[in-house]
Amino acid sequence: MKELFPRKQVMGFVFSLVLTAAALLVYFLDMSFAVGMTVLLVTAFIQAGLQFIVFMHAGETEDKGLIFTNIYYGLIIALVTVFGTLLAMVWGYI
Amino acid sequence: MDFFDRFAIPHPSPVIYASMVAIGLTVIAIVAGLTYFKKWGYLWREWITTVDHKRIGIMYLLSALLMLFRGGVDALMMRAQTAVPENTLLDAQHYNEIFTTHGVVMIIFMAMAFIIALMNFVVPLQIGARDVAFPRLNNLSFWLYFMGAMLFNLSFVIGGSPSAGWTSYFPLAGNEFSESVGTNYYMLAIQISGIGTLMTGINFIATILKMRAPGMKLMKMPMFTWSALITNLIIVFAFPVLTVALAMGTMDRLFGSNFFTTTDGGMDMLWANLFWVWGHPEVYILILPAFGIYSEIIPTFARRNLYGYKSMVASMVLISLLSFFVWVHHFFTMGQGALVNSIFSISTMAIAVPTGIKIFNWLFTLWKGKIKFTVPMLYSLGFLPIFTIGGVTGVMLGMSAADYQYHNTMFLVAHFHLVIIPGVVFAMIAGLTYWWPKMFGFMLNERIGKWTFWFIAGGTCLAFFPMFISGLDGQARRMYTYSEATGFGIWNMLSFIGALGLAAGFVLLVYNIYYSTRYASRDIGDDPWDARSLEWATHNPVPEYNFAITPQVNSSEAFWDSKKNGHTLFKGDYKEIHMPNNSGVPFIMSIIFFVLGFALVFSMWIVAIVSLIGIFACLAHRSFEKDHGHHISVEEIEKTEAEMRGAK
Repeated sequence: MKELFPRKQVMGFVFSLVLTAAALLVYFLDMSFAVGMTVLLVTAFIQAGLQFIVFMHAGETEDKGLIFTNIYYGLIIALVTVFGTLLAMVWGYI
Repeated sequence: MDFFDRFAIPHPSPVIYASMVAIGLTVIAIVAGLTYFKKWGYLWREWITTVDHKRIGIMYLLSALLMLFRGGVDALMMRAQTAVPENTLLDAQHYNEIFTTHGVVMIIFMAMAFIIALMNFVVPLQIGARDVAFPRLNNLSFWLYFMGAMLFNLSFVIGGSPSAGWTSYFPLAGNEFSESVGTNYYMLAIQISGIGTLMTGINFIATILKMRAPGMKLMKMPMFTWSALITNLIIVFAFPVLTVALAMGTMDRLFGSNFFTTTDGGMDMLWANLFWVWGHPEVYILILPAFGIYSEIIPTFARRNLYGYKSMVASMVLISLLSFFVWVHHFFTMGQGALVNSIFSISTMAIAVPTGIKIFNWLFTLWKGKIKFTVPMLYSLGFLPIFTIGGVTGVMLGMSAADYQYHNTMFLVAHFHLVIIPGVVFAMIAGLTYWWPKMFGFMLNERIGKWTFWFIAGGTCLAFFPMFISGLDGQARRMYTYSEATGFGIWNMLSFIGALGLAAGFVLLVYNIYYSTRYASRDIGDDPWDARSLEWATHNPVPEYNFAITPQVNSSEAFWDSKKNGHTLFKGDYKEIHMPNNSGVPFIMSIIFFVLGFALVFSMWIVAIVSLIGIFACLAHRSFEKDHGHHISVEEIEKTEAEMRGAK
């Protein structure tokens, strides 16, 4: 029976609920913008990683090299888009 | 505005009323023709519900040609209006509507459809697969694209065309300055067809990564398949940005949100920013498949293998990455500081390096080759110099300090037409002519094809080179008229003559299709060009299952090596083949999407909610459906193969 119980998935689900609750605290507690934003960003990235690895089975097949390359590529492009936009629209705007 | 007033054309003219009548008559004629010849069942079974990548490719192709003519007529009207100073053929509002429609139709509904058409037809054949990874999703992609295109074209007769430019910059595109429903059409039609494109992207990445023939390592893939892989990667990373931007724009226009307004915390420039975060990678989505096509055609007709395979792949990967680093060069003059502009100037110039590598690789492939001047080869050879001139002027525009001089002038218009026409249109016609025998089992007439090439190439040069001069003289783009004293008259008249040449070329192309359908020989064998890659190893026309026996590959030019160096492609015996079933659900779902789009354009909420429920019902139906496909038995394969002159 022990082998059949999806321990990893159940733990992952509980952890994912904890992360959601932590993110929700930003709304209910009174914290500064910087602290709130940090909590949101950190929980969001951990949550995304959790979903990819535990529930979408990235890294369990032999083509995991391809899958992770794609994820990192997507991450780079997302970061470039976000920070490039901030640079063009806010920081570098006269 | 009263509810029913919104359906009327805001700026009617006799031409539009005539078009309404013409559209009505065409629809009646098509319906009557289909009924009279009893073709409804055939159309439904063989085409509308098909999951065969080859048929979906051909449907994309027909739609793309249709849209090419729609966009081409717009272009001719614009050139006619500006051919002489103070012309009154069109008024300002009509001119705005026409250049907006021209841009959207040509980029989203013509060029995208054309590249997806050729990818659909060629990629599974080149990698030795039986179909794409998700055949039914492929059908849905096509119908979503088609419904998006039809919704957009409907704007012209119901409610008025969008008129804020194909870039649709806010605040001009907001409700305050664009009162008619035209821009709603823009947002929703592109959204619907964009969802289809995104699905195509996912579908083809999965197909190319997972379904290659045994032995075909990534570095042994044909160059067109490589370019398709990279293109679809860019689609998957770029299109979500457009989806989000369009959703925000739709909410601004329909629900009064403030993403892109100038008040209440909105930021109008954010639209331009997000649009080009998608828009610049989009340029490479269009050009990379073209590069792939030229990389197939040039080795075939230079009778040499492609020079620098690895550097071709590396430069495409580099282009795909850099294409996400340059978007700000589309709005250097919007008010960013010198630092930002310098960063994006440098990244823009950097992207010219991998492109240059590719140009040199093609030149080295031609070097000492035994060149055969066929029609596809003529387009490839015409592409090299014209595209290089277009590209180099792009680097001029990419220098931010100098860009203040030519930003938004006809110089820009000349630049992007001189890259997009040789880069996309030439490539698509070349690819069409090259793969036509594989699609339809006969070849297009070479003699008419060469005339077509000279009209199109000459027309392109005559239409767009004068714009460099008038642009540097100060003619702004999108000006609907100008005074005689400006001196722009002569250049615009030359452009108009060039546009007529292009039009003549396209008429010849259609005539060629008609002529060859009637008179061309059907006895051309499976490999009429003496080509090099796997799609030519199967029969003409291609059977439903593509290859009776899955090919074994051990070089990057598998078919060439099987012809000349004694490699065996097909080992073993026939086995039962498992194929996907046709389905009508994607078509029905896309019709519901069309209704949803139309309802949202006119803020008909009840219809919109009902159609949303319909879409979810279709999704649920798919989830609970049991569909295991069908099997083609060995006897059937033997029969088909015998009919097609036996397997090799």
